[in-house]
Amino acid sequence: MIPRRVLAGLGAAALAGLVAPALSAYPLTLLTQAAIIAILAMSLDVLLGYTGLPSLGHAAYFGIAAYAVGILTTEYQCAFLTCLVSGVALAALTAAVFGLLAIRASGTYFLMITLALGMVVWGLAFRWVSMTKGDNGIAGVPRPELGLPWSLSAPLPFFYFALAAAVAAWAVLGLLVRSPFGMGLQGIRESESRMRALGYNVWLHKYLAFVIAGAFAGFAGVFWAYYNGFVSPADVQLVTSVETLLMVALGGPGTLAGPALGATIIVFLKNFVSVYTKRWLLILGAVYIGVILFAPRGVLGALRRRST
Amino acid sequence: MRAEFWITQTFNGLSYGALLFLLASGLSLIFGVMRIVNLAHGSYFLLGGYIGLSVIWRTGSFPLALLGGAAAVALIGIGMERLFLRRLANQTLGQVLMTIGFALIFQDLALLIWGGDPYSLPLPAALSGVLTVGELRFPRYRLFILALAALIGAALWLALDRTRVGAMIRAAVDDAEMAQGVGIRVPTVSMGVFALGAFLAALGGVIGGGFLGVYPGLDFEILPYAFVVVIVGGLGSLPGAMVGSVLVGLLDNFGKALFPELAYFTLFAPMALILALRPTGLFGRT
Amino acid sequence: MTRITTRILALVLLAVFVVPLSAPPPTTAQGAPIKIGFLAPMSGAFAQVGKDMLNGTELYLDEIGRQAAGRKIELIVEDDEGTPAAALTKSRKLVEQDKVHLLTGGQLANVGYALQPFIDGNGIPATYPVIAADDITQRKPAKWIVRTGWSTSQPMHPFAEWTIKNTKYRKVAAVAMDYAFGYETIGGFQHVFEEQGGQIVQKIWVPLNTNDFAPFVAQIRRDADAVLVLFTGRLALQFVKQYQEAGLQGKLPILSGGTTTDESVLPQMGDEALGVISALHYSQALDLPANQKFSKAFEAKAGKISSYYSEATYTNMRWIVEAIKAVSGKVEDRAGLLAALRKVDIKDTARGPISIDAYGNPIQNIYVRKVERVGGRLQNTVIATIPNVSQFWTYKPEDYLKRPLYTRDYPPCKHCQ
Repeated sequence: MIPRRVLAGLGAAALAGLVAPALSAYPLTLLTQAAIIAILAMSLDVLLGYTGLPSLGHAAYFGIAAYAVGILTTEYQCAFLTCLVSGVALAALTAAVFGLLAIRASGTYFLMITLALGMVVWGLAFRWVSMTKGDNGIAGVPRPELGLPWSLSAPLPFFYFALAAAVAAWAVLGLLVRSPFGMGLQGIRESESRMRALGYNVWLHKYLAFVIAGAFAGFAGVFWAYYNGFVSPADVQLVTSVETLLMVALGGPGTLAGPALGATIIVFLKNFVSVYTKRWLLILGAVYIGVILFAPRGVLGALRRRST
Repeated sequence: MRAEFWITQTFNGLSYGALLFLLASGLSLIFGVMRIVNLAHGSYFLLGGYIGLSVIWRTGSFPLALLGGAAAVALIGIGMERLFLRRLANQTLGQVLMTIGFALIFQDLALLIWGGDPYSLPLPAALSGVLTVGELRFPRYRLFILALAALIGAALWLALDRTRVGAMIRAAVDDAEMAQGVGIRVPTVSMGVFALGAFLAALGGVIGGGFLGVYPGLDFEILPYAFVVVIVGGLGSLPGAMVGSVLVGLLDNFGKALFPELAYFTLFAPMALILALRPTGLFGRT
Repeated sequence: MTRITTRILALVLLAVFVVPLSAPPPTTAQGAPIKIGFLAPMSGAFAQVGKDMLNGTELYLDEIGRQAAGRKIELIVEDDEGTPAAALTKSRKLVEQDKVHLLTGGQLANVGYALQPFIDGNGIPATYPVIAADDITQRKPAKWIVRTGWSTSQPMHPFAEWTIKNTKYRKVAAVAMDYAFGYETIGGFQHVFEEQGGQIVQKIWVPLNTNDFAPFVAQIRRDADAVLVLFTGRLALQFVKQYQEAGLQGKLPILSGGTTTDESVLPQMGDEALGVISALHYSQALDLPANQKFSKAFEAKAGKISSYYSEATYTNMRWIVEAIKAVSGKVEDRAGLLAALRKVDIKDTARGPISIDAYGNPIQNIYVRKVERVGGRLQNTVIATIPNVSQFWTYKPEDYLKRPLYTRDYPPCKHCQ
């Protein structure tokens, strides 16, 4: 029995795939961004929506993988697969190290610690100039060569590439959250003490969730580097982490498809609103507040409630 | 020469810590009583600075700027708490998003009202200049910050420790349900503490205006400092905020002076250390 | 969520998706307007700079009635939010959806580097009025980008020679922001200064999010003759103030990169800025008729004095219009427009004469300025003019480019302890 949500999500992906060839370059660009950022939002959902751990430093893992790709492609001309594995592995490793510090805390402390850790990565991006080129950023990241008949330098093939990655991430994460491990995470979100009493290793569950979330954020970061052709400290700044949090909340925490939808909405909203007004930050802020006031379970959460 | 370096740096670290105390004590107290993490706290600091700037431009009075900025933001804080945050007790994600939303709105409003140029708060003559003691130079304004923060710290301590209101606050921090049960009006206490926290942050903003300046982006730049102090000192604890701010001020200052290559990370070293030893901070409670 | 809210949400979502996806209007006829895409930070921490840049641009356009060579000029303004990713996205919109004929603007170095592959890949003529990152017109010259502003180290080479010839400072400590703009400023000065017998005896790099400068000021070697600094925006404001508080004003003179005392922050400074000597390709106090006219007009329009950002975009717009006139308005011929941009040569801009070198960077006057109070307000009084300065100073380009780019560790600090 495939849940309706999954069918809807597949339908949306298929629709995007069908419509894409008819779109001009700019909207296609926005859709590609949305696909990549959707992966980032879904990764945070594992941590936030399913385990109940609000992280304000998630952009760190995203950025580290992006930098890995940036450095490896421009300095060592590495192939796509190598870069992909390296980026994800580095992100996961960082999450493994940071997780040891962060999981010691819970709730508000966790929030603040993840923010501080995110800032450490930001500082590193600036300071380690020999590696990251500091504030200048790393330019000239080429599109991957996959030996396909279509060049990924063109917007349409790259869109399909990003879409495939997003669907793949969604599938894997979907299996994860439906597994006994995923169920355990949701139990921890509801009540840690109860899960402990039931004999679960709560610390290990949270820690693994943290690392997995970091790994998938890294997955998104790899595609982001290829998409922009450029990596800079702006990719690991606080604003990025904060926006990802909003995407999860807007779309619906704990649903996976919700954050993907939230990411798409925010990408389009940001670019749409800033064309018409300089006050788009104000509007974004109002959206944050509106979401909490009117749709605390996000768009998907609200839709789900209406159908029951 | 060496003695001069250590004395000057200690003084600098302490005065910087004093400013951090004003910023972070409010955050800590608010959390203690209401379990609310307020990500608009940096915005209170910023708005305090901007409003203080406007007051001093119009009236030329520094004390009026201090009071005006702090009081105005306290009102904003009360508004936020009563109308928006009250319903979000214990919902960490909801609080985070709501307060970030407000932070963005405040940031853009500040840009709209005061423009994007950076400003320095004009200081009264009595607080400008330098006090020279032999070879040592102590900027008068930093001395003022130290003195004021110490005064406020002492006043807060006494209030919490000796007065009825203070007892009510401490009871609410310890156990809000029980406090409600013995007749303490916890919602009113909460609102009062929130207002106080906002007041302190904004006061810090006005004072900081004469020293760090007031500029777009200050809100999110100063927020990690507040967080680090609170992590080190422990949420909900006034002594924690005091010790935390002094520690962070000194470690950050000496760190940058002695290990300039690690300047980006000196803020987080004390935090990492505390986390390794005591995850809830020096004086914190879960 | 109520039904009404759901409906409103649905409508908003629909609009959000549909509007960017809708087709742009057709614009191929010759009588159609010339479209110029303008990118600048219009929100966030750098919004004021973006505003100055836009004001400078619009001031010139209004002066010529927003038309050139018989065609209307349409300026399309996009917010690059001060990040490379947003700049790339908006550039795609400007070039692919709005079909602009020319792209201009940008403020940060990383935006400049990020846009380069896009601009060259799309073959669209572009000008950078503010972005000063050295390498964009040096070791990695962009084919389609013409700089109408400056390069970071360009003023510092002649400034170093001026310091040797006109002061007794031979041991200089450097304090600068810890990023490429800082590295290239200090590096440029150090290169020429040490060649002519001076010494840089210390390099202190200040993180960009610093608010308390005390630990850095405390490290400055008191036995130096002068301090070379580079700060921008609020950092400049606070550093100079805290420098004075540490008692160093007057004791240890400040030499600086021009942005430290740029008119975007100078009015907010006080007496602590008096005496600071800096070098840049512009000063609002420059005594040229074109500048006096521009300054007055700008103050009337914007309500504040013209900074180098506003002069940069004003002159940039004039530059673009001269190129448009040179191709008789046929901006659809991109290669032709680019060639015209490179050939523009104006003798009477607000900052003096400008021409473009073979790598796409201006050759122009560099002014050494000193902060003084004149008529009750602070200004950068011009105390020396060095004419005809290119980005390579007196070196042959081939020789200059054999050296590495100025970075945190280059030139090495041989005299540091």
